[in-house]
Amino acid sequence: MSMSLVNSNSYLESLLRGQPRLPPSPLAWFNQLRANAVDHAGRLKLPTTRDEEWRFTDLSPLVRQSFQPALAAPALQAADVERFSLAEAAIRLVFVDGKYMPQLSTPAERLGNRGLIVTNLSSAITANAEAIEPHLGQYARFEDNLFAALNTAFLHDGALVMVPRGAAIDTPVHVLLIATQPEVASHPRCLFIAEAGSEITILEDYVSLNDAIYVTNAVTEIAVGDNAQISHIRVQRDSTEAFHIGNCAVSLGHAGRYRSVSVALGARISRYDLNTVLDAEGAECAIDGLALINGRQLADTHSSIDHAKPNCTSRQLHKCIADGSAHAVFNGKIMVRPGAQNTDSAQSSRNLLLNAKARIDTKPQLEIFADDVKCAHGATVGQLDSEELFYLKSRGLSGAAARNLLTYAFGAEIIDRIPIASLKYRLERTVLEQTKKTEP
Amino acid sequence: MIHQDSKTILEVSGLRAAVEGVEILKGVDLIVKSGEVHAIMGTNGSGKSTFAKVLAGHSAYQVTGGSVLFEGQNLFDLEPEERARAGVFLAFQYPIEIPGVSNSHFLRLAYNTLQSQRGKDELDPLEFEDFVREKMKLLEMNPNFLDRGVNEGFSGGEKKRNEMLQMALLEPRLAILDETDSGLDIDALRIVTNGVNKLANKDNAIILVTHYQRMLNYIEPDYVHVMRGGRIVKTGGKELALDLETRGYDWVGVERRVPASA
Repeated sequence: MSMSLVNSNSYLESLLRGQPRLPPSPLAWFNQLRANAVDHAGRLKLPTTRDEEWRFTDLSPLVRQSFQPALAAPALQAADVERFSLAEAAIRLVFVDGKYMPQLSTPAERLGNRGLIVTNLSSAITANAEAIEPHLGQYARFEDNLFAALNTAFLHDGALVMVPRGAAIDTPVHVLLIATQPEVASHPRCLFIAEAGSEITILEDYVSLNDAIYVTNAVTEIAVGDNAQISHIRVQRDSTEAFHIGNCAVSLGHAGRYRSVSVALGARISRYDLNTVLDAEGAECAIDGLALINGRQLADTHSSIDHAKPNCTSRQLHKCIADGSAHAVFNGKIMVRPGAQNTDSAQSSRNLLLNAKARIDTKPQLEIFADDVKCAHGATVGQLDSEELFYLKSRGLSGAAARNLLTYAFGAEIIDRIPIASLKYRLERTVLEQTKKTEP
Repeated sequence: MIHQDSKTILEVSGLRAAVEGVEILKGVDLIVKSGEVHAIMGTNGSGKSTFAKVLAGHSAYQVTGGSVLFEGQNLFDLEPEERARAGVFLAFQYPIEIPGVSNSHFLRLAYNTLQSQRGKDELDPLEFEDFVREKMKLLEMNPNFLDRGVNEGFSGGEKKRNEMLQMALLEPRLAILDETDSGLDIDALRIVTNGVNKLANKDNAIILVTHYQRMLNYIEPDYVHVMRGGRIVKTGGKELALDLETRGYDWVGVERRVPASA
C-alpha cells in the first residue's frame, strides 16, 4: 500500500492546521468565501495519478515534504531584486514569500494614474469591496479543485490591478513574486480587472533567490470587460527543487481580448491550469505557452478554452521542450457550447524531445456541441531536425552549439510574442543559457 | 587559373560512398589545386550532389572506399564542423530555413567560430553589422535580410545569395557550390556568379556542381568533369561544357568505353 496515499489527507489536515488563523475581515462576504473554501479543502482529496486530470503528475514528492507558512519575510534591499527589474515596468508590486513588500514596490497611485489601481489586495479590499466582490472567487472555482480551495481558504494577499473604463495603460505592470525560504508554503492571490474599453499589460513573474524546496500555490482571476484587453505574461522560474501549482481563471466580456504568454522554466514539479471562458459574443483569446525543462523536472500545463457564446475566436500555440529525464505534459481542452455558432478556434501543440530519457505527453481535446464552427487542432512531437543540424555544422558550429541554437529557435517563437522587449531579451538569454547545458 | 606549381588542395582517389546501403559513388578520382575552378557536370542521379555532400560530411552517406586528402589531411578524420573550420564550404542546393534564429545572429556565430579557430578577433554585433553590410553589397542584398529568420521565407534566389554571403564571410579554401544556379532567374544568376568570381583567388579553389552549362557562361572553369554512374568519366576544358550543351550527356560514357576496350 502506498504510504503517500494513506498520508495524503492527514497531510492536508496538517497543512490546514499549520496555517495561522487569518484575522476575520470586516467584509462578511469575504469571510464567507474563505469559510466555504476551508470547508471544501477539508473534503477534497489530494489528486493522484488515478485522477484523469492528474494522470501524468504524481504529487507524492510534495506530500513527503512539510511546509509551513512564512512567519516573516526577509527584508530584501532594492539591490537584491535589481536583477529582476524591467526597464519598461514603472509600476511594480513585489511579494516575498507571499508577503507584500511596500518598500520594494511602486504601486500605481504613487504615479498619479488617477483611477488606475495597482496595489496589494489586502490593503485595498475594504475600500474597493464593491468593485471586488463581483469578481473575487467567482472565476476560480474550488468545488472540485483542491489547490484553488486551499488558496481561497488562506486568501490573504496578492496583486490587485483595476483598470478604469476606457483607460489604455501603456506601461506594463510587473507583479514580482520572490521565494526566498525553504519549506515555506505561499498562496498568492491575484485579481486583474479591466473595465470596459480599457487596456493593460501585466506580467506575473515567479522567481527564486536560491534553490530551496518550497511550494507556491497561486491563484489568479482575470475579468476582461466589454471591448477591453489584457495581455498577461506569466513567467515561472522557480527553484528547480520547488513545487509550483498555479490556477488562472479568465472571463471575457463582449469583444474582450485576452492574450496570454506563459513560460515555465523552473520548479521540480509545476502544474498550471489556465481556464478561459469566452463568455460574451465577439470575445477573443490568444493563449501561448512554452515549457522548457531539464533534469528531473516535470511541467504540466492544462488549459481550457470555453466557447460559451457565438462569434468568438481562440488561438493557441503550446510548445514543450524536454531534455534530460524531464517530463512535459500538455492537455488543451477546447469546448464549444451548444449555440456557440461561428466559433473560430485553432490550437497547435508542438513538442521537442532532446533526450531519449525525456518524455512529453500531449493531449489536445475538442468538445464541440455546435454545428457552424471552424476548429483546427494538431499536435507534433519530434526531435531536432538532422538536416538543420548538418547545415549549422557545415558552417563550423559544434554539435552542441548547433543543437543549442535550434532548441533556442524552437522556443523563441513563443518568447517573441511577449510584448515587453527587455523581458523578451532576458528570457532569450535564459533559454540560450539553459539549452547550453545540453550535451549529447 | 591553372598554375603548375600551385599547391594541391583536394586529392580524391577511388572514392566510394553509399546511402542506405546503395552505392552511389563508385570510384571518384579528382585533384584540385589552389586557384582552380572545377565544374562537375552530369545528369540527375549521376552522383554529383552525393559527391558534394560526402565532402562536407553529411551523415546520411557512408564512405565505403577510397580516400580524400584535404591539404594533405585525411578529410574523413574530421567532423563536418571541423571540415568547415579547416576551410571546406558547401553551398547547399536547398538551404535550410531556421525560423526563430535571425540571419545576422547565425552569420555572426558562424563567422566568429571560424575567426576564433583561426586565432583572429571575434566581432561584436555592431562591428559585425558593418562588416557584413559591406559583404552584402557584393551580392546586391538588401540589409533587411539580416533581421529575418535564417532563410525564412526567402525566395530561391535569395537563399542562394545568402549562401554566397556565407562563403564571402567564411573565406573557405575549398568552396563546393551544389547546383547554385538552380532556381535562379537571369539577374540573380548574374549577381551570384559575379560574387563567386570576386571571391575566387589564387589561394582558394572552387568546385561547381551543376546540371547545366549556363552558369559556366559567367564563371569560367579551368576543368570540366562529367560524372556518370558514380564516376568521373570524362575531363576536359571549358569547351567540353559547350559540347554537353549541344550534344547532351548520352555520348560521354559511350565514348569512354571505346578507348578502354582498344
